Amino acid sequence: MNAIDAAFERLKIGKKKAFIPFIAAGDPDIESTKELAKTLAKNGASIIEIGFPYSDPIADGPVIQAAYTRALNKGLKIEHILKAIAEVSQDLEKEKILVPFVAMVSMSIIHRFGKDKFIEGCLKAGFSGLIIPDLPVEESLEIAKDLKKSGLSLILLVTPNTPKERALLILSACSGFVYCVSVSGITGERDKIPEELLKNLAWLREQTPLPLCVGFGISKPEHAKVLRDHADGVIVGSAIVKHIETAEKAGLPAVKTAIANLAESLVSALNS
Amino acid sequence: MNAKLQSIPDAMGRFGLFGGRYVPETLIEALNELTTEYEKACKDEAFQQEFHRYLNEYVGRPSRLYFAERLTKEAGGAKILLKREDLNHTGAHKINNSIGQALLAKRMGKKRIIAETGAGQHGVATATACALFNFPCRVYMGEEDIRRQKLNVFKMQAMGAEVCPVTTGSRTLRDAVNEAMRDWMSTVGDTHYIIGSAVGPHPFPWIVRDFQSVIGKESREQCIAQTGKLPKVVVASVGGGSNAAGMFFPFIHDKDVEIVGVEAGGRGPKPGGNAATLSHGAPGILHGAFSYVLQDTDGQTADVHSVSAGLDYPGVGPEHSYWKDSGRVKYTNVNDEEALAGFDLCSKLEGILPALETAHAVVEAMRIASKLTKDDVVVVCFSGRGDKDCYEIARVTGESLE
Ligand SMILES: Cc1ncc(COP(=O)(O)O)c(C=O)c1O
Repeated sequence: MNAIDAAFERLKIGKKKAFIPFIAAGDPDIESTKELAKTLAKNGASIIEIGFPYSDPIADGPVIQAAYTRALNKGLKIEHILKAIAEVSQDLEKEKILVPFVAMVSMSIIHRFGKDKFIEGCLKAGFSGLIIPDLPVEESLEIAKDLKKSGLSLILLVTPNTPKERALLILSACSGFVYCVSVSGITGERDKIPEELLKNLAWLREQTPLPLCVGFGISKPEHAKVLRDHADGVIVGSAIVKHIETAEKAGLPAVKTAIANLAESLVSALNS
Repeated sequence: MNAKLQSIPDAMGRFGLFGGRYVPETLIEALNELTTEYEKACKDEAFQQEFHRYLNEYVGRPSRLYFAERLTKEAGGAKILLKREDLNHTGAHKINNSIGQALLAKRMGKKRIIAETGAGQHGVATATACALFNFPCRVYMGEEDIRRQKLNVFKMQAMGAEVCPVTTGSRTLRDAVNEAMRDWMSTVGDTHYIIGSAVGPHPFPWIVRDFQSVIGKESREQCIAQTGKLPKVVVASVGGGSNAAGMFFPFIHDKDVEIVGVEAGGRGPKPGGNAATLSHGAPGILHGAFSYVLQDTDGQTADVHSVSAGLDYPGVGPEHSYWKDSGRVKYTNVNDEEALAGFDLCSKLEGILPALETAHAVVEAMRIASKLTKDDVVVVCFSGRGDKDCYEIARVTGESLE
């Protein structure tokens, strides 16, 4: 069984919701990424999203974009990310911590690096799935086949302005979980959970057995409290990356403490 | 050579292998809506008439096809004819597209317009169209470009547009496109994004090419009327590729007409030293389309350079990639130094200051003309006037206009 499916299986049995944090690889540097991933894995992360820095990330807000820029300015390469995640995966396995990794990666990168080579690299590194934010379902058919063969999930996004008919097409091509985008817009923290989202989640729930996870703008325990009754998990990016942003000044230990605290408050809000 | 070149993109928005849509799901509905509306507008006689009425009465079309006698003599071969897009209102071809897309936005009931700009020509053209059609307008422009192009910033603001500085990444055109796309992601419901070149996700490359095709259509008719035949060669500069696509498209099926696109050779072929995407790049994805792109082996977009801000772009429209790979169009490049010399020569011999983008095309046209006979005709897209570049040219040649 794919590790993501297995993770949701475990959550279901324990009647728990998924906490899916996102970090940008290489921010502040690749060694720290390993540390931060482990910190999250040990503080309640159900799945961890690893962002592959890209020079032109149009779906991302200022916080994640700045993290990508920091990482790329230090000369981060795809090979560095794959190697680091392979090491973290091995370490976690030794400690019997089961937290799957998902790669959040632009199609620009996959194409240029080489699709087959990239998939192989992800498998070796211990990734369990891919999110390709700039690959709409129509363009995804080819890579979907290859991913299926490799046992990797392809997590697709549904947005508030996706028409119902189109959402069904997306659901039929999606595996692992459905990435439900909370608002029309870019990544970044937001104050409120839109009413519309809850209706969409209810509708999606009737259409698919796949877990529904909500991302874009989720940053606070209050959000998690609202969403726990409507979704199977939350994805938290900018709120975490914002702490990592301070690594240079505050030092890595302080950042680890901060994200461990944030993780804990979100996990308890999701499951209390 | 491929005898049956596609004239419109297929159902997946592709010209051959190139094009498509590599954008977040949030934008897909807006792109679908735009495609549907554009298909309707194409068949709508009234829309086409309105568009052409504005082109004629407001932009000042048709633009002249001017026999450049002294450039011709200097080259010493074929007759050189300049398609004077510099004489359009706002001084470049960009206005053709901005008027067309503003009319489309009106048709779709959109309430607000956004655009990106590099040197500011497209920003000015879009601010102009927005003043004309009463749209609030926001133009994204790299901080670096704002500094270099103060006059155009002033012009946009004078016409009521808001110029929004882009401080991310390279702070130039590429990041201005990213920022405009991000704005659009949050505002797709009531906002239309007027993209400034034949780039981006389907249907933009197609729409921009069509609105710019008036250049090639007029040139073709004017050339036949003035010389009794088709040109031997047609030449245009290629940044994102809008003036070139508009010039080339009406000649694509004239199999005896050679077509040449001229990219920015910058300081030379080394990575980072030029913006000659089709000469030095490889197929990849940038700004929503699969096309040639200058990027590193990890798919990170490369830094580019050209003395001409309008050519200083690491991507190119997908239809050009299609034309390149099919062999129908030849793409070459002219470097900074040659373009500056071309600016000088054209100014001195014809009394016409070319934009630096245009100067690239003029230089290549003279090279080509020199190898042909006086019975041959070379048509050049004279995409814009050089006023905007005077400060930059003065700076690089060590003078000062302050
Ligand atoms: C006068 C002029 N020519 C050419 C270009 C290049 O753009 P494109 O390749 O889209 O025609 C520009 C862009 O700013 C321009 O201002």
